[in-house]
Amino acid sequence: MTISQVSFGSHEPVLDVKDLTVKYIGDTRSTTAVDRVSFSIGTGEVFGLAGESGCGKSTIANSIMRLLKDPAKIAGGSISFGGKDVLAMSPEELRRFRWQDVAMVFQSAMNSLNPVLTIGEQIVDIYTTHAGYSRKESLRRAAELLELVRIDPARLKSYPHQLSGGMRQRAVIAMAVALKPSLLILDEPTTALDVVVQQEIMAQIKDLQRELGFSVLFITHDMSLMVELSHRMAVMYGGRIVETAKAQDVYANPRHPYTQALMGAFPPLTGPRIPLTGLPDGVKFRNIPDLTEAAPGHFVAPVGADASVIESANLAGAAR
Amino acid sequence: MSHSLTSPVAASTTSTPALEIRGLGKSFPIGGLFSRGSVRALHGVDLSIGRGEILALVGESGSGKSTLARCVARLEKPSSGAILIDGVDILKRDRFQASRTFRSQLQMVFQDPFGSLNPAHRIEHFLRRSLAIHGKGGGSGEETRRRLEELVTTVGLQADMLNSYPHELSGGQRQRVAIARALAVEPQVILADEPTSMLDVSVRIGVLNLMRKLRDEQGISMLYITHDLASARYLADRTAVMFAGELVEEGESLDLLANPAHPYTQLLVSAVPDPARAGSYDPVRRAELRQAVMASATCAFDGDPDQACSVEEPVRHQVGDPGNRHWVRCHLYRPWAGASGHALAGEPTQPNRPASNAQEKASA
Repeated sequence: MTISQVSFGSHEPVLDVKDLTVKYIGDTRSTTAVDRVSFSIGTGEVFGLAGESGCGKSTIANSIMRLLKDPAKIAGGSISFGGKDVLAMSPEELRRFRWQDVAMVFQSAMNSLNPVLTIGEQIVDIYTTHAGYSRKESLRRAAELLELVRIDPARLKSYPHQLSGGMRQRAVIAMAVALKPSLLILDEPTTALDVVVQQEIMAQIKDLQRELGFSVLFITHDMSLMVELSHRMAVMYGGRIVETAKAQDVYANPRHPYTQALMGAFPPLTGPRIPLTGLPDGVKFRNIPDLTEAAPGHFVAPVGADASVIESANLAGAAR
Repeated sequence: MSHSLTSPVAASTTSTPALEIRGLGKSFPIGGLFSRGSVRALHGVDLSIGRGEILALVGESGSGKSTLARCVARLEKPSSGAILIDGVDILKRDRFQASRTFRSQLQMVFQDPFGSLNPAHRIEHFLRRSLAIHGKGGGSGEETRRRLEELVTTVGLQADMLNSYPHELSGGQRQRVAIARALAVEPQVILADEPTSMLDVSVRIGVLNLMRKLRDEQGISMLYITHDLASARYLADRTAVMFAGELVEEGESLDLLANPAHPYTQLLVSAVPDPARAGSYDPVRRAELRQAVMASATCAFDGDPDQACSVEEPVRHQVGDPGNRHWVRCHLYRPWAGASGHALAGEPTQPNRPASNAQEKASA
């Protein structure tokens, strides 16, 4: 069994990323932000990508959308979407691909709404530009769309500043699914929101996903949230995937020391208070090897004496 | 690890609290020259922190917890109330601005370790300056050198990091420097406003552990302000919940999280992501809780002979055994509509304050 064959739902992957390598090329030196990353997402599957800031998870999302700008360069690997090679698409193909096939919700998406246009005008824009509907038809569909995320259609006439942060984020999610894309990329969709609103929005995304059947690439640093929503997940560190498996398996039985540290970084809400350690400042993993299958469907980068160097830099243990 | 994670509240709860807040209120004027509107950011907040105690203040954005921090730190002038340190009302003593005495009693650690350290100076400079300003050394002598090294090692950094610039350190290390700078003054109380929310998740626990260690070893009291209930439960002895500028519930952390009595606390606790109870979200229950927060028609403590319920007064009902000091505000009491509407809708708070400036000024 290879990694790309393990997927929830259909075995036909919607998105297949193979050995993706992205480099940020500077004048004097270049940095590898994403290093030989492979994963696939099946139809109707929610795939989570977890990791901390700087681990390359957003770079992957931007690579899939072909949104990378200089100095970032895709240095190797392939991305295929429904059999099409994303990296070989012409600008015209990309334009269609971007909203109709794959849509993305950014972390600060609620601030990406145009402040001088009403919500309605912005949704109508999508339909007239990308789907070629008439204005009247677009308005009717825009109203339906808002109902889908439980916003009163009367709000079509509101300007973004008249909506709360949670409502704006829901409006953006509604816009992302407007053209029924087969893949939705959520890059930290609720980080800027309070927990109560966050939970309601996540529940809504789950409902939408069940109703419309799209696949989701869900990016976050919050492991608890990820395990709740995702079917399968991967944990990234320093541009590499260190562990990938069913979300419940990663939660119940994290195998890589970095995954264990991430899981241990969230204090529980019940039970006795036990001391947690997290990852001590300065501990780094180097030369992370390719994944091997540790248990059925559970892939982990081996940590051995020489396979992976845990560098106890100048600070190891200091956090204790 | 030497942390006593289950240690109860420090024994000295009967003596004068290290920090006591009485009836603190703050309102901000809004509108133009001729309008008299105001936003009630804080109203009648009563809190006390015993010696060597960690109190967490939790709430959502817009609930007023940062305004409280800014009032206690004297970055904002409260509209009413008193702030007592060692039983002395510092608002009366230092009428116009914070005095050096006050700064030596209470120090702050801010959310953004990237904004609170001047990038032009080495770590040594920040600590040396704190020592010099508060007359605790700061010269070039051997004594000062030893003290500087002691400070950085206390917060888990290496002595040679004194020569580093802030940009050479990670977020977690910078926050440790900010804590060391607060420690240099030997304060009784440290006020930490979301000290871990800008750090990477894997190093957050390390900073929380450090705060607990300082409390355990040096007996420093802490007011820990956060929106993260799980970390409040992990670090703090007691937790107070703030909503719409007022406290709604307070109790021993484990007890409060296990038996939340106020509908708003229940709302918060139920919303924290937890894989162990995935799929437990219930929109109907959620709507009921929201309704109960905004306009409860019943109070679970109705019939309490000692404290009658009141729609007008924020009566505090005792929850469970009187020994665990867990109280909840009467459900019937209505929150101020202006603030509560915002808080529950997830509306972003007021425009961002010029945080880094204030931080630089306050920490000097």
